[in-house]
Amino acid sequence: MDRSKNIFFKLHIDFPLLIALLLLCGLGLLVLYSASDQHIDVVIRQATRIGLGLTGMLFIAQIPMRTLLWWAPWLFGLGLLMLVAVIFMGYTGKGAQRWLDLKFIKFQPSEIMKIAVPMMVAWHLNDKPTPPSFRNVMVGLIMIAIPAGLIAEQPDLGTAILIAASGFYVLFLSGLRWRLIIAAGLAVMAVAPLLWYAMKDYQKQRVLTLFDPEKDPLGAGYHIIQSKIAVGSGGLFGKGWLNGTQSQLGFLPERTTDFIFAVFCEEFGFLGVLALIALYTFVILRCLYMAKESQGTFARLVAGSLALTFFTYVFVNMGMVTGQLPVVGVPLPLISYGGTSLVTMLLGFGLIMSAFTHRQLMSG
Amino acid sequence: MSRLILKNLRRESQIFAHRLIVAVIFMAVLFGFLAYRLADLQIAQHEHFTTRSKENRVKVLPIPPPRGLIFSRDGVLLAENIPVFSLEVVPEQAGNIDELIVKIDSLIGLDNDEIQRFKKEVKRKRKFEKIPIKFKLSEDQIARFSVNQYRFPGVEVATRLVRHYPYGKDFVHMLGYVGRINEKEEKRLDKANYSATTHIGKTGIEKSYEPQLHGQVGYQQVEINAQGRILQVLKREPPLPGHDLYLTIDTKLQSLAAEALGERNGAVVAIDPNTGAVLAMVSYPAYDPNWFVNGISADRYQLLSQSPDRPLFNRALQGQYPPGSTIKPFLAMAGLFFDIRDAHDQTFCPGWFSLPGGTHRYRCWKKAGHGGVDLKRSIVESCDVYYYELANDLGIDRIHDYLKGFGFGKISGVDLSGEAQGLLPSRQWKLKTRETSWYPGETLITGIGQGYMLTTPFQLASATATLSMYGKRVVPRLVGQTEDPATGKSGDLLSELPKEVVKGEEEDWQLVIQAMRDVVLGQRGTARKLGAGAFYEFAGKTGTSQVFGLKQAEEDNMAKEDIPEHLKDHALFIAFAPVKNPVIAVAVVIEHGGSGGRTAGPVARKLLDYYMKNQ
Repeated sequence: MDRSKNIFFKLHIDFPLLIALLLLCGLGLLVLYSASDQHIDVVIRQATRIGLGLTGMLFIAQIPMRTLLWWAPWLFGLGLLMLVAVIFMGYTGKGAQRWLDLKFIKFQPSEIMKIAVPMMVAWHLNDKPTPPSFRNVMVGLIMIAIPAGLIAEQPDLGTAILIAASGFYVLFLSGLRWRLIIAAGLAVMAVAPLLWYAMKDYQKQRVLTLFDPEKDPLGAGYHIIQSKIAVGSGGLFGKGWLNGTQSQLGFLPERTTDFIFAVFCEEFGFLGVLALIALYTFVILRCLYMAKESQGTFARLVAGSLALTFFTYVFVNMGMVTGQLPVVGVPLPLISYGGTSLVTMLLGFGLIMSAFTHRQLMSG
Repeated sequence: MSRLILKNLRRESQIFAHRLIVAVIFMAVLFGFLAYRLADLQIAQHEHFTTRSKENRVKVLPIPPPRGLIFSRDGVLLAENIPVFSLEVVPEQAGNIDELIVKIDSLIGLDNDEIQRFKKEVKRKRKFEKIPIKFKLSEDQIARFSVNQYRFPGVEVATRLVRHYPYGKDFVHMLGYVGRINEKEEKRLDKANYSATTHIGKTGIEKSYEPQLHGQVGYQQVEINAQGRILQVLKREPPLPGHDLYLTIDTKLQSLAAEALGERNGAVVAIDPNTGAVLAMVSYPAYDPNWFVNGISADRYQLLSQSPDRPLFNRALQGQYPPGSTIKPFLAMAGLFFDIRDAHDQTFCPGWFSLPGGTHRYRCWKKAGHGGVDLKRSIVESCDVYYYELANDLGIDRIHDYLKGFGFGKISGVDLSGEAQGLLPSRQWKLKTRETSWYPGETLITGIGQGYMLTTPFQLASATATLSMYGKRVVPRLVGQTEDPATGKSGDLLSELPKEVVKGEEEDWQLVIQAMRDVVLGQRGTARKLGAGAFYEFAGKTGTSQVFGLKQAEEDNMAKEDIPEHLKDHALFIAFAPVKNPVIAVAVVIEHGGSGGRTAGPVARKLLDYYMKNQ
């Protein structure tokens, strides 16, 4: 197979991935139309963002990995600066200080970090021997801990954990020794009770609600209960597009954003869900394949980490909607309504495409 | 250097590939777990969640039954239900009440009364109940609100049937009115049947016939959204409307009575002696019941409740007055019944009476005295001395026992709540309530209907009816018929009435009734002017009851017109017609009206004239 002759390859586009992403986005718009009480303007706004994100993705894909490697520390530094800025002059929304108002655009610096952290750790490990030495792992962990800590302080524990995970995936893929992983796992379990005390009340509430949502059916448990009712009542075949009573009659909260998966489950049923998971699985496996085929430590690690992060988002959101995980504002990638995370996500795919398509033929 | 990197790179990509495999296995496990959970929710627990989803969207809502209508005997609609557009608020959903009031005021305008009433209602409302803030919205107001609806969560324009009394104050003392259910009432009401009902009868017929008027609640199964808005009706069980009531009241006689009474505080009651049907019942002053239906403003209520004329007070049924001389025919019957007197026994009236051994002179209204008086003349000329002596001879206990049969001193059992029972004194009563023994002097003044004795105009009319029927007594009724609008079936309430009898010889009844006839038609009757020109024979008795206080001597020394209004005697008159086979009995009380024959009598005559001509 001669990829160099493939027209898409020359344009630094991965055709199978692009098709899968378009399918997901299209499906997302379809569900959004239903979830938004058939407001076509909401769908158009989201479609515009998808267009913007896809353009950004294709643009990033054109940038060779060498250039991106050079960018990594600068991007990371900029992200850190903005996170600090949020602390001092951030704009508070929904009880947490996450937004930075840059006059022309309201911006969540934590979004940059979703890409900047894996890039930084990969940058750090790029010229180090594999598997990374203990010292290099420690440096990597610090690079993860500082932004994750700042974001957790906002407080946005969900995003902090996801960003930490994306950094950790880099370390893991670089060959982090198993004994270190196991030791870290034990350490986390030991620290977990302390984490409980560090959590804010509403965070504790969410965890408690997970175990017993019926305790406060109209308060904290309302989201989970209504979401489970939507999912469960969907059944095998679903109630049909635009026919979900939970979503159409407004019983399901946050149904265009974090809980859009419940709308999908209600209207398309278990079979629909399996198809959706299959589509996501294809995207993830394709990205992992592309990561494996990429050249250079940095490219591979960044691409692989971003693919695993993508999986994490999908899993956490679906786990949350089905009542397996606490409610931590994580959107369903490419389907939930909302611009920032969608664009970041697509830019990430741009990185993966760049890693896959910018290859010099190696001698020998 | 270059070799070293190449070697590292190969090792690196090997490690990377291994790690990818681990990651893929890890993801497969997690996705597998997720798929398992989804299958559990969507397949294993599908039915459970389908039920809960249905419970979410399908609600069973009660539908209030339309309240029964009230008609007069002659078919005039006295209480109806009219559709009214009102602006209603669910306070739990509407946020800050004060801000809401300001917002609504600036949009469609609210007056002070409405704001006050609304705030009062909010305080005592039931949970999640809709409280109207403004009634009778105009089309313009509805339009203006509808455009701004989105700014007002929990507020909406509603149509509901509101009780309306087209004749306002004319019938208020018998109809009463409905008002919003309060917390106390809610506790004793049937929760299911009243689940959609907002109003309940508070006084009068509306109250005593509440079970018949209310009807049976209906239900509808509706689909609602998360905001509780009804999207469609899935199933409907219509309510059964309340029964319509047909009163025994004749509206023309009623308005004639009101007109005849004019603006004098008092009461008029007319009863058909054969059936107990109440033909007219007026109490002046009155008030408009429509003020109460949707909550009366505090200012207006204060005005009503603190007025010295007491318009809220139903004088016909609750006003208690000494019967004065109107009691005399009944006492005469007692005398005849116990064989204390016969038709020819004479009592000498020198203008006063003293108890044997006593010094106090109980005076007759005629200072010069009547001379020798027999029973008939004692009624016709209303001789007080005759009754002092008769009462003394009877004794208070026999008076009590016999008069009780006419309904004095007890609730008549009329189908109207709030009836006062009056007071028919006895030795036992005095011992129980005053803890002193009975004095013989007290018996004497009971003989002329003064002292402790109190009757309501309603009791007087009913007792007169009994007398006119030679002692046959029917418990009076205001509602003659009920009709179920759903089936058209009607129930006759009058024929089922319990009947009682006051004992007496036929010629005794004849004698007393003949005497009462002569009161108005005889040469020497105290109300002989009243009988002039009557085309039918009727009987009557005047009465004047002392208000209080003025000593006999004081009163004698004052010219009539110098007596202050509130100390003037109450004027009473009882009558029935015709003398043979009577069809109407009337009692009239005019507060501070002075002479019974001159002020109360003409009112009764007008009623009799009309009724005799038109019945």
